[in-house]
Amino acid sequence: MTPFRQVSGPAIPWLKPNTDTDVIIPIQDLLRPGREGLGERCFARLRYREDGSENPDFVCNQPPWRGAPILLAGENFGCGSSREGAVWALMGMGVRAVIAPSFGDIFLANCFQNGLLPVRLPMAAIRRLAAHGGGNASVTVDLERQLVIAPDGEAIPFATDPRRREALLDGLDEIALIQRHAAAIEAFRAQSEAERPWQ
Amino acid sequence: MLHGLRAGFKLRHHRPMQTMFDRIWDRHVVAELGDGWDLLWLDRILLHDLSGGRALRDVAERGLRVPHPARVFATADHAVSSAPGRTEGSFPRGGALVRSLREECARQGITMFDLGTGGQGIVHVIAPEQAIVLPGVVLACGDSHTCTNGGVGALAFGIGASELAQALATQCLPQKRPGTFRIRFEGARGPGVTAKDMILHAIHRFGADAGTGMAMEYAGEAVRALSLEQRLTLCNLSIEIGAKIGMVAPDEVTFAYLHGRPYAPKGRDWDAALADWRTLPSDPEARFTRDEVVAMRDVEPQCTWGTSPEHGAAVSGHAPRPEDARDSAQAAAWKAALDYMGLEPGQRLAGTKVDWVFIGSCTNSRIEDLREAAAMLQGRKVAPHVTAWVVPGSEAVKARAEAEGLHATFRDAGFEWREPGCALCVAANGEAVPPGARCVSTSNRNFVGRQGTGARTHLASPATAAASALAGAIADPRA
Ligand code: SF4
Repeated sequence: MTPFRQVSGPAIPWLKPNTDTDVIIPIQDLLRPGREGLGERCFARLRYREDGSENPDFVCNQPPWRGAPILLAGENFGCGSSREGAVWALMGMGVRAVIAPSFGDIFLANCFQNGLLPVRLPMAAIRRLAAHGGGNASVTVDLERQLVIAPDGEAIPFATDPRRREALLDGLDEIALIQRHAAAIEAFRAQSEAERPWQ
Repeated sequence: MLHGLRAGFKLRHHRPMQTMFDRIWDRHVVAELGDGWDLLWLDRILLHDLSGGRALRDVAERGLRVPHPARVFATADHAVSSAPGRTEGSFPRGGALVRSLREECARQGITMFDLGTGGQGIVHVIAPEQAIVLPGVVLACGDSHTCTNGGVGALAFGIGASELAQALATQCLPQKRPGTFRIRFEGARGPGVTAKDMILHAIHRFGADAGTGMAMEYAGEAVRALSLEQRLTLCNLSIEIGAKIGMVAPDEVTFAYLHGRPYAPKGRDWDAALADWRTLPSDPEARFTRDEVVAMRDVEPQCTWGTSPEHGAAVSGHAPRPEDARDSAQAAAWKAALDYMGLEPGQRLAGTKVDWVFIGSCTNSRIEDLREAAAMLQGRKVAPHVTAWVVPGSEAVKARAEAEGLHATFRDAGFEWREPGCALCVAANGEAVPPGARCVSTSNRNFVGRQGTGARTHLASPATAAASALAGAIADPRA
């Protein structure tokens, strides 16, 4: 997993509620192996016109936000399918942190598995960040201090699950962490199979 | 050893005032990890073609083997053609995924319900059908609709690719315990009202993110009165209310459904299992993080109008007017959804012309769903301008339907009778609703582009879908 400490840059204002993972990455782009090229396909249905050319009206195609590292979103971002390709696509497009009032549960877990930081803030704070908009207004997301710094210097605190925060800061390997419990796992299995053999 | 003892304590002692969810969770805690996290034991892991082969390869590439292959089951569903007479070669890109899954399963000794073996089907349809999922088990699968399996009283949840590899490598997953959210459906179902209508109504009422961070339990008189298959439908849309997990307490209906199925316990094990399963339901005094009641007299047959499952309405109702939204963000979302769907604000839903009807998906492709639709179609004809597909959820459902003659009813009415898989639910198999076409679908997601680029999806029950196919327009199944 890619560790995450801090990121600074323009913040894409995409404040729609219920952005689902089908919109973030179409399933047809996930039928081939590997993650290469998924960044090009992030938000493909919005980013490109039918003829394959870029849609200039879509925010991610507009100058200050092209390749921007922070995405501002509405409620329930990443709802729907469990496809981890949604996270790979966002990261492939350059996004390292998404700020939204709420996230789809499975998408949230997938973010932490890959080093994309989901930040929960109230919608009012997100609107304030979005209002700075355009130009070179730069937002900073700092996981160590758990602060979002707005372009005008306003520092907005956020909370992250302590276990996940630690894993992100250190880029921990989850399989290795689980394997530390090998003895407990084996004891549990033996007991469970004895007590409930059908299970 | 300490962990083993603690877990053992929880195995033997029935704590009062517990929810079913907490009871099953507690039984599966291998180790407490702090900050509300537990290392959970997984009784079952399910794999499908889209991510299964890759996940098994990830495990192998780390030099690991799947430790408990008998606890893992696989099938091919997402990327297989549903065309009559299909083979894995019918959709070549999917064929490569199926082959990879087959090879990796063989290498690890994992059972795969392969095409044409009689057991293949949509992963969430075959798990209950084969009794791979049982009351009280914890099950994970790399698919968000794994919550479907909670209909038998299991704790089942969807995971992404990284967690899937971890699960396969260790048979465990670190998980943070969610809150609990109970919805009690009180009163009796009205005419034409199915489990699909109950859950669409609840999503519309509580919102598509009401269940985030929660495990749902569905209870109440109207849930008790549902068949097991309808309970699966109810739990299927838990992820559409935002929850990874949805459950219904097991009861005699559950036990009768499971008895004698291929992987159900047999003989003395069955008796012991039954005694255990009867202890699972939430205690009457159990407290939930959130507890809501839905009065069944408010639940009518549903049809979504927009691009989120929360964009619901009674099929006898109307699309909303953006000026009636609670705030400007909702008004903008409604306007965008109406534009995409090609609907006028306030437009009456019934009578809106449809081009496609799809009966299928892990929501509504089981034998009772097909019976419900066929009953509507008996001796009648699909409107000539409508393309209508029925895709049974599994090879077993298909065989059963054919034994009952349902396929003839569908064909005589003008439906295509197809091969089992996800098909038009997700359009990952080369099949899609064309751009701009309007489809009444028994699936679970009406997202932009879900059934194909530019496709317009209205979610509804099998009866409503069948009625709409006949009318050539969205239709009330009670009409
Ligand atoms: S039928 Fe649809 S929702 Fe169900 S598993 Fe397949 S793609 Fe997912």
